[in-house]
Amino acid sequence: MSQIFHPATNVLARVTIFGALILVAVLGGVLYEIELSPFYTSVNVTREQPVPFSHKHHAGELGLDCRYCHTTVEKSSFAGVPPTQTCMTCHSQIWTNSSMLEPVRLSYRTDKSIAWTRVNAVPQFVYFDHSIHINKGVGCTTCHGPIAQMPLTYRAQTLYMSFCIDCHRQPEKYVRPRDQVFNPNYVAPANQMELGAKLVAEYKIQDPRHLQSCSTCHR
Amino acid sequence: MKSKNSWRDGDSVGVKPARRWRGLLGLAALAIFAGGCRQDMHIQPKYLPYQETPFFADGRDERPVVPGTVARGHLRLDDLLYTAKENGEVADKFPFPMTREDLERGRQRYNIYCTPCHAYTGSGNGMIVQRGFPAPPSFHIDRLRQAPVGHFYQVMTDGYGSMYSYAARVEPEDRWRIAAYIRVLQLSQHATIEDVPEVERPKLNEQAAGSR
Repeated sequence: MSQIFHPATNVLARVTIFGALILVAVLGGVLYEIELSPFYTSVNVTREQPVPFSHKHHAGELGLDCRYCHTTVEKSSFAGVPPTQTCMTCHSQIWTNSSMLEPVRLSYRTDKSIAWTRVNAVPQFVYFDHSIHINKGVGCTTCHGPIAQMPLTYRAQTLYMSFCIDCHRQPEKYVRPRDQVFNPNYVAPANQMELGAKLVAEYKIQDPRHLQSCSTCHR
Repeated sequence: MKSKNSWRDGDSVGVKPARRWRGLLGLAALAIFAGGCRQDMHIQPKYLPYQETPFFADGRDERPVVPGTVARGHLRLDDLLYTAKENGEVADKFPFPMTREDLERGRQRYNIYCTPCHAYTGSGNGMIVQRGFPAPPSFHIDRLRQAPVGHFYQVMTDGYGSMYSYAARVEPEDRWRIAAYIRVLQLSQHATIEDVPEVERPKLNEQAAGSR
């Protein structure tokens, strides 16, 4: 009885077996890259806004403190998007004829909110609270990136769980002195690990075992 | 209503589920690896600050407070603390004793909210004034040096001239601390060597000599 398969099909068999494995690996790799790409994470992608607000101008060049506008960042889970009244504190006198600022004036006249497009967000099963991070020495730029150099605001970090957990594992890598939290130009010192460990103890930051527990963020 | 969908865009609330699913259909082929693409947990049926809702005419999920509302435990009985008035007059005293911590807090709040116009020294030549905002008076003129301290509280609360009210941004207690810090600034610009304790004077003279 003759063989059903020609010897050449051995090659075909090998190619399909290894090919399938490689295909799965490549597909996985491609998906992984897509998940980390700006296409999916929106990192470094500026958003179209009703007014092209520049953090570079306001926080960088003019030197306004973050809290001048984001007033609730120290005491609430939300940093606070400033009401139109805050914009008009200065812009009732400055750039009053600018057409760029017409949406702001319109909002003030009509008491209708300016519909900003949100840039940074976490899924709603994450219970993120700004105040605790600020009060434990996590700087604004640690998550929000070089905000004082952003002419238009973009997301600087993926805000994936891997990003959060990196700091929850080793807070000493990022924690700063409290008076530097709002400094947008802060550069970590060379002895960050040493200083960080000291601050972690001083600010009574909880043990990484607790910081990494599921219910710390998902509750 | 705008509906850029998916939770990553943030402004996703009020998005019709049907549209969200249409967007996800394109990714359905990848769903085997994505570990399930249901967004129920990402976008939960609850309102968070600054979200849109079609329920109210103005589209805001946060409702404006009805005028005259008093939150439980927040009835403002202390006239001096909240209005800076005593027997109908602008008070020239603080509603609580100012400790060093209060002054430090006052300095911090002053630096955040006041320096853009009033400058770090209180000269009234802050960055926003340099950019064209009408200049406020210096804190070091006689009128403001003699003004009762309650005056500063009232200006922060109600606004003054082209200055808007800061009542929504600065808590009443912090407004008093800022007022106290303004007094500190005023002192700092009108101090003589006589105001410095004897023991500290040589140190100051040394510094002065060093900076020359």
